[in-house]
Amino acid sequence: MSNIAVRMDHVSKKFRKGEIHDSLRDLIPAFAGRLLGKKKEETSDSPRDFWALKDISFEVRQGEAFGIVGPNGAGKSTMLKLLSRIMRPTTGTFEVQGRLSALIEVAAGFHPDLTGRENVFLSGAIYGMSKREITSKFDEIVAFAGLEDFMDTPVKRYSSGMYARLGFSVASHVNPDVLIVDEVLSVGDYAFQKRCMDKMRSVIQSGATVLFVSHNLKAMTELCSRCLLLQRGRMIDIGPSEDVIRTYIGALEGGRVHDKSQEAVISRVSVRDKEKECQNFKTGERAWVDIEVTARKRCRKLSVSLYIMDSTDLMVMDTSTERLGYESVDLEEGQTFRCTFELDLNLVGGTFYVSSLLFRYDITKEYDRWFRASTLFIASDQDVRGLANCFPRVIDRQIFTANEREEVPMEQAHTGSPQ
Amino acid sequence: MRNELRELYKYRELLVMIAVRDIKVRYKQSLMGFFWAILMPVLIVASGILVRYGYAIASHKPLDVADLVSVAIKSVPWAFLVSSVRFSSQSLIGNQNLVTKVYFPKEIFPMAAVLSQLFDLCIASSVLAILLMFVRLNLGLRLLWAGPLLATVVVLAVGIGLLVSAGSLFYRDVKYIVEVFLTFAIFFTPVFYDVDMFGPKGRWLLLNPIAPLLEGFSSIVYGRAPDWNWLIYSVAFALFTLIFAYFLFKKIEPEFAQSI
Repeated sequence: MSNIAVRMDHVSKKFRKGEIHDSLRDLIPAFAGRLLGKKKEETSDSPRDFWALKDISFEVRQGEAFGIVGPNGAGKSTMLKLLSRIMRPTTGTFEVQGRLSALIEVAAGFHPDLTGRENVFLSGAIYGMSKREITSKFDEIVAFAGLEDFMDTPVKRYSSGMYARLGFSVASHVNPDVLIVDEVLSVGDYAFQKRCMDKMRSVIQSGATVLFVSHNLKAMTELCSRCLLLQRGRMIDIGPSEDVIRTYIGALEGGRVHDKSQEAVISRVSVRDKEKECQNFKTGERAWVDIEVTARKRCRKLSVSLYIMDSTDLMVMDTSTERLGYESVDLEEGQTFRCTFELDLNLVGGTFYVSSLLFRYDITKEYDRWFRASTLFIASDQDVRGLANCFPRVIDRQIFTANEREEVPMEQAHTGSPQ
Repeated sequence: MRNELRELYKYRELLVMIAVRDIKVRYKQSLMGFFWAILMPVLIVASGILVRYGYAIASHKPLDVADLVSVAIKSVPWAFLVSSVRFSSQSLIGNQNLVTKVYFPKEIFPMAAVLSQLFDLCIASSVLAILLMFVRLNLGLRLLWAGPLLATVVVLAVGIGLLVSAGSLFYRDVKYIVEVFLTFAIFFTPVFYDVDMFGPKGRWLLLNPIAPLLEGFSSIVYGRAPDWNWLIYSVAFALFTLIFAYFLFKKIEPEFAQSI
């Protein structure tokens, strides 16, 4: 089984809540016991114990890009800390083949008083690179971060973006056999994030095994072939990324809790195509969103809002029944109201979320909200990025010099006939 | 244990780089610059001269140049040991980010703290060497003894450094205990005085493992034979401390990230 890069075998990690030792008095017997080689009873469950990870087993093949997803506090970072040997598992064993490097917090090794150049060498060494290795990659690292002019400036004078960019740049130029990436793809501006993604792709292509942790589910589906879903330290699902992420999104939706005092609630949000419920669409296709609202008490002048947001919660569309010119509705106790929005999905390829809000405009009262109620997976053959797909076509291509320009009749530019 | 040592060797460049970082950070944007390195020895020598002067008056003995040189020579390794312990005790908690975020052998931090103090020691000794040239005191080949004596002090410093760095990671008051201890340690250590001023009872002071080493520096100046038994005691103590501290440090290292 030489092609397994990472293997976890029934790994669990226990933390103690609260202060670890109450006093020096607690410590001395514990210390003495440990020195005598006595193992503490590690598996007993006391109310102060908290299992950050419980019974985790999986394998990652060499050269595979493997994602770990889950809500906050699921144990993702703990797992990466175990793998990178910063912490030791309470029970179970794991194996990592080859040199491992962890991008957990990229600028961790930076010292504010040192210059950019000094910090590149320092944090490179922290990641286990030799001085010679860093020297040979120095120019590449600086160019990637785009900070050629600031290498002799102390990093405390850097903006936070520059700081993070340099950190990521150093960290991503370590050439490990196994790379662990924890939520560092959200560094810098849009252009730099894109460069990070490209860099990650090339790291994967170079044959390294990569373990990703991120809340950016779109990036995860793009980069990883397989994913593991963790929740409260337990393995919920493992398999092809898209399936696991769908399970994850489903689990998030199921987790919605209603307050008993709410007068009206959004009881259903579902997306369908012409015939059936569906979440996969081609760009430009038509979709229907059914929203049901149930009144628990008598409610007046309700209107239903519909939002579409991308995976970073950026608003793509925001509308409501009332703003579209339809009258608000009055509901008696126990009545249900259903409305259907018809949408033309002129969106670029990617993942989008449908959210809904139940609102009364005249007294600006919010009855219920349901964020990320449903998911839209948009597929596109065309390489159009951003949010909206305006279906661009190039209909005229010419090369000319400055003095020729006036000789070209204006009409000619318009004669290219649209298809 | 062999694997741990091999790993430490693998990260030797990082050890040097962190030491260099500590030195640079200390001298960057600083008022005193490299004078900082001799500040503490100068203060110790000044206090030593004062104490010796008082002693000379009380005992009606003339103040000897050799006495002053002896205080000066002892003050440099003493200052080194004190600052090494002080900086080591901060070395792990001061690098919290690296302790919890990146894996590498963590003993690098206290070791780098000692190494950066060694740099200050070199500056201080150079200054001392220049000053000694003005004093007509022929130390000759006896000065070579300073090498092994200093090496033992370094071993002791690393050992204590490992212990206090890990200790203060688990308990924040260790730092204050160390401070208090370092403040008063000079009274129990023959830096300003020589052990034989106390007569035969002075031997008890040699139980302090650094004392025989400082007495060794003293005997360089006075041209006496060193007390071999006590020197062996010091060397053994230093080596034992280092081995014990390293063993303990590696044993509890996996707890660092979750206990800091």
